[in-house]
Amino acid sequence: MVVSIADNFSDFAKYLNERTGENINLCFQCKKCSSGCPVSTFMDYMPNQIIHYARLGLKEIVLKSKTIWLCAACETCTTRCPQGIDLVKVMDSLKNIADRSGIKPGDSQVSAFYHKGISNIRHFGRMYEAGLIGMLKISTGQLTGDLGLGLKMFKKGKLKLLPTFKGSRSMKNIFSRVKKAEKR
Amino acid sequence: MKYAYFPGCSLRSTAREYDASFRAVCDKLGIELYEPKKWICCGSSFGHAFSKLLMISLPLQNLKLVEMMDLEEVVVPCASCFSRFKSAQSEVKSSPDLLEKVKKIIGKELTVDINVCHPLEIFSRTGILNETPKFIKRDISGLKVACYYGCLLTRPPKVMQFDECEYPQSMDKILQAFGIETIDWAYKTECCGAAFSLTRSDIVRKLSFEILKEAKQLGADAIAAACPLCHANLDMRQEEIEKEYGIEFKMPILYFTQLMGLGFGIPAHKLLLQKHMVSTDRILNNV
Ligand code: SF4
Ligand code: SF4
Repeated sequence: MVVSIADNFSDFAKYLNERTGENINLCFQCKKCSSGCPVSTFMDYMPNQIIHYARLGLKEIVLKSKTIWLCAACETCTTRCPQGIDLVKVMDSLKNIADRSGIKPGDSQVSAFYHKGISNIRHFGRMYEAGLIGMLKISTGQLTGDLGLGLKMFKKGKLKLLPTFKGSRSMKNIFSRVKKAEKR
Repeated sequence: MKYAYFPGCSLRSTAREYDASFRAVCDKLGIELYEPKKWICCGSSFGHAFSKLLMISLPLQNLKLVEMMDLEEVVVPCASCFSRFKSAQSEVKSSPDLLEKVKKIIGKELTVDINVCHPLEIFSRTGILNETPKFIKRDISGLKVACYYGCLLTRPPKVMQFDECEYPQSMDKILQAFGIETIDWAYKTECCGAAFSLTRSDIVRKLSFEILKEAKQLGADAIAAACPLCHANLDMRQEEIEKEYGIEFKMPILYFTQLMGLGFGIPAHKLLLQKHMVSTDRILNNV
């Protein structure tokens, strides 16, 4: 059974609900989401706190948090929330809002990975792992980390040296149509 | 039986073993696979973070290709792609507005009726499960295996609609058909850190350590995986994990399709067992 709690809530909560199709005001702070979250020890705020602060309209805290970037989208909380809130959708939407508002991401490496990953598939149509790893290491200045592992992967034939461009044209079309549709 | 086959980016690079063993097993069972030529990345690892519309359009573009091949089912072995496909379908099913928008992006021919299924789903269907013992050529029944499903295959249940969400059984049933003893353990659907492998490997090491530790303590000879990200984290990062925590695991991580292949008598090198970072010799010596 879903219990309704508050009628008066912040504009930020309203905005978030509209974007996600969820209703975070149903949260009754049972903390089931946080107790099962595998990444919680690395987060600065627990998932239930993020939901609560968002309800209260404490945008700054929420959008600058590490938590929204460290959520691994493992769907544990979404599966277990007794109020049926899809927390992954909320976390994704918060990342998106933070990114578009030019807020410094709470975890710059994770944010860089998403950005480089997206531009990688836009260019190649399919993911070009070796290129992605290279871009990521250069952009985050961590040139040597994982070098040994990367070499082992090459030796095992697990990384291709050159990209394929199969499907890259339809990928580019999709990207540009999405961009247009989102401008409207 | 005919299925469209979406390998996805990982099965063509870091997870070639999964691709090779899945196709070899299908071949034995008389399952025909047809790959759409122009499939594109479904966007799975990059966080649905930047554009919801994009993340829904990419899987549906691939489903459009399947539809054009006149096939009704597509099999998607990567758990992360599988999850993206299912959630894209579920999103457009619940929102006709969104469906219209997506149609404008990928072109008109698109229904959402294609059945997206995982290899575990196909192989655990009663018909095939009953047939499986007939094809067994090599005795692998001495093995004790921890079936690791990972976080995405079954969750959230209203979207995935596959197996039991917290304690799935399909892989256990498939491997039990080969006489393998599968262990009961609490980490079947725990997260391994997934796509943080390249960014926050500290998180991956911690989460994967817990999974390896539990499997080891319960006496598993190997962990069976059904997802390229899970496999990469448990196999490729295992040496670092051992160093960081000062424990030796030497735990072979196999795709469940490789175990099936071994049971069907397919040579180990054809199943690409030699590609794993952690040696699988211990398993091979036992069968
Ligand atoms: S599980 Fe759901 S209701 Fe409970 S605290 Fe988390 S979001 Fe709120
Ligand atoms: S989806 Fe994110 S917030 Fe929820 S349990 Fe997983 S990592 Fe934690």
